[in-house]
Order: sequence, then C-alpha cells, then structure tokens
Amino acid sequence: MEIIDHYLYTKEHEWVDIDGKVGTVGITEYAQSALGDITFVELPGSADEVEQFERLTSLESVKSASDIFSPISGKVVEVNDKLTQDPGLINRDCYEKGWIAKIKISDEDETSNLLTADEYSNYLESLDRNDGGESADE
Amino acid sequence: MLAATLFRTPLYDEHLALGAKMVDFAGWQMPVQYQEGILKEHDANRKGVSIFDCSHMGEFLIEGDAVSSGLDRIVTQPLVDMPLKSCRYGFALNDQGKVIDDLIVYRIAGQKWMIVVNASNIAKDRAHFEANLARGIRFEDVSFKTAKLDLQGPLSRDVLSKTVPGISKLEYYTFDEFELWGEKVIISRTGYTGELGFEIYYPWGAASKAWQTLLKDSRVKPTGLGVRDVLRIEVSYPLYGHELSEDISPFEAGLKKFVDLSKDFIGKENLLRHDKEGGGRKIVHFISLSRRSPRQGHSIFSSDGKKIGEVVSGTFSPAVNAGIGIGFIKKEFTSIGKDIIFGDEKFKERAELAARPFYKGGSLKQ
Repeated sequence: MEIIDHYLYTKEHEWVDIDGKVGTVGITEYAQSALGDITFVELPGSADEVEQFERLTSLESVKSASDIFSPISGKVVEVNDKLTQDPGLINRDCYEKGWIAKIKISDEDETSNLLTADEYSNYLESLDRNDGGESADE
Repeated sequence: MLAATLFRTPLYDEHLALGAKMVDFAGWQMPVQYQEGILKEHDANRKGVSIFDCSHMGEFLIEGDAVSSGLDRIVTQPLVDMPLKSCRYGFALNDQGKVIDDLIVYRIAGQKWMIVVNASNIAKDRAHFEANLARGIRFEDVSFKTAKLDLQGPLSRDVLSKTVPGISKLEYYTFDEFELWGEKVIISRTGYTGELGFEIYYPWGAASKAWQTLLKDSRVKPTGLGVRDVLRIEVSYPLYGHELSEDISPFEAGLKKFVDLSKDFIGKENLLRHDKEGGGRKIVHFISLSRRSPRQGHSIFSSDGKKIGEVVSGTFSPAVNAGIGIGFIKKEFTSIGKDIIFGDEKFKERAELAARPFYKGGSLKQ
C-alpha cells in the first residue's frame, strides 16, 4: 500500500501535505481502495472554517457515502474543482492530482496529533492483523 | 465467531482467489465486487458478459397438480396455463396481501415445479409453502444442493452456445435441461440485469468446475453483488427488503401486472380491500440533478420542502451518469409535479421524477 514519506496521516485515512502555513488534504491509497470507484465529491466551501478531526466534506462511491475529516484546523483556501467532473481522479492518483482541499493552518501544534508515514504504516498493519472476519462496510 | 455463523457458497474460495471484497449479505459471505471495481463490472455486463454467483438463493422442488396441491393459491400468477419448461414471475402474499417474497416458478413437468426464492427469505418461504401445500405433496428444499451461476450480458449467448449449442433456441423466460460439463442442469433464459442472460442451476459440489470453465473465456468477467444492485435499479427491478416487504403490497410497488385477479390466491381479499381504500403509498422513480446519489433511508421532499416519502433504493448509475433512486411517497402527494428533493440531515439534492426503467438500452430480448 503506497504511503508518501513526508505526508502526515489520520486514523480515518486522510493525509495532509504541509507547506509553510498551508496544508493540502486528501485521502490515502487505503481509503480510495476501500471505497472503490468514487462517483461524487462534495467540495467544501471556499473559506469554510474547519476543526481538526471534524467533518470536512463527503465522498460517494457507487454504493456508499463516506465523510472525510480534516487532519488540521483552519480555513479552506482552495478546493480541487477538477473532482466535480472527474471524481475518479482520487482513485487514479489519490496523493497528487486527487487532492481535495488546501487549508490555511490555524494551529501548527495540532500536527503532533497526526501520524507520521511510519506510524500510519504500522497502523495499517495492525488493521490487517485484526481483519479476520470482515463484515459489510456499507 | 462472525465467520462461523455465515453461510458460504461453493464458490467462496474462487471469490477469494479472484481478490473479491467479501461482505455479509442475508447471512451469506458474498463477493460485493472484484478487483477491477464496480464501474468496470458494469461495463462487462452492459457490453460483454458478466458472471454472478447466486448460489445463496433458494430453490424448492414441488410435485403435484397445480391446483389440488395448493401451489396455485400460494402464487399470484396462474400456474395451470404455464407451458412446460416456462418460467413465471410472481409473489407469495401473506393474509394481508403484503409480500412474503417474490419468486419465479419453473414448470419442469406437468406436475413438477421448481420455485426460486430470495436467499434472505428461504426459511420463511419454506414454512409458508409447507403450511399451505396440501397434505402428502412432495416438497423439497434443495437450496443447499443447488448452486446458481448467472451469465448475463449481450454476449452471454455467444459464450454459452460454444458449450451448449441448443441454448440459442431458448426464448425469454423459458428453460430446458442441458448437459453441461458432465452434469445434467437446468438453464433458464432469465436474469436480474436487463440484459440477455441465463441462469444455470448447477450441482453444489461441482460448481467450481463450471465457474472456472466459464471464466476461461476471456470475454467473461466476474461481477459481484454491488454491481448487481446497480444493474437491477437501472432497470427498476424490485429487491425484497427495498421495494417489497411484508409491509408493502405488490400494487403499491407498481407490480400489478404480476398479480392475476381472475384467480384465487392467498391475500387476495385484503389486497383488494386495501387497494379500494386507496392504498397507502405510490412507488416513484427519480433521477438526481447531480452525480450525488440517493440512498436507502434518505427522505423525499416536495420542491417546497415538505417531507412526502422515503427512498428505498439508490445508487450512482453509470448508464444514466447521475444518481438514481426509487422510493415511496404518500398517496396524497402523488400530484406534486416532477420536481422533488432527496437527502438527509447532512444535505439536500434536487431530482426529477422519471418513468421506469431508468435504462432502456438492454439486450434482454435480443
């Protein structure tokens, strides 16, 4: 499962790529693979204020809908408009072209609540180990 | 603990080998999708050939005269005039005229029948049949002896006729017995996708061989329950637990043509009384004005925001390229015009009422 070394992660399978005061947010390979073909992305409103780990927006795949939570608190400064016409961009390139929103970070200390790439990788392994009897996720 | 309580079809290991995502459906561990994903599986069905494992579904064998056995009274469609080797779709109703299950009757011989029922209802149906069949009538539940492989899609006949030349003569909603890889099996020209297709009733223990052999033809793609639901919603076929239940009459579900009022059947009196009193609800079909999809449990609102009903099925439709939904609205709101709204506490989306089916391009009767 692909993980980008310098990104930070949540246990809900979002990533954030921090560049100065702005964090770019998306969902991980694990999340896009679990969701399957993504058919709709509700883009957050520009200038929306979000809190860390609170609902940022939602995605839909053919048969289900899922909330996306913000890895950081701040203000939405840009959204990826391309996802409106081509939500499958997230399936094809979840870490680059399939980004969802850029957020101006209001509290840099919050990054200590996030997982590093190594920690996230270990977390995924622990999920695999507990995955004996999977039941429906929809 | 969980795994031990779920049934597995004889193709369980095949699904794992193909990398299927497995889910719990009606007490069974079933493939919801394979590795390529639902959109590719949709393409395989609408443009090529798809194969579904439907071994979880139930099959009953009954021997006896249609009327004196009591069978004819259990089903809303007439059985006495069924030609040999034909299929007929209908309902078993409870005393209240609501739906115990939807089913297909196969007339194997003058006095021999196979009934195909939903996996989720096998135990309940068996009890209903046993209670209402005449004493001494032979009834056998062969659900766990009978695998079912559905080969569906515009090229399905080409694929199957390589092995079973006689298959090209099979007309829609008929069946015959064929020899297939050393087994004598029933194949019917029926399905649940709106495409040309066949349902193959194969011996449980030998089903892997049939599955593997069919998949050797590179045109055939394995498809799961996820896309099966999308396909059936696109052609507005009902699914028990959604459009049909013991709280819904076939009239409310818009399926009057599968109820023959010129014959007697269990539930008829209350069905007619309920209908005369105005019924309760009307089924509606609608298309989202965006790619956002309705889901079971969403509310339906009038264009001025009044709650008028509920969504029972919804999905993104690759064929329509929008969200599509099926729901029930209260009778008093049936003349609200075609603009509606669906959603929940998180969002509202506009939609337009549409005629059924959503997808009309199927190869079903080719």
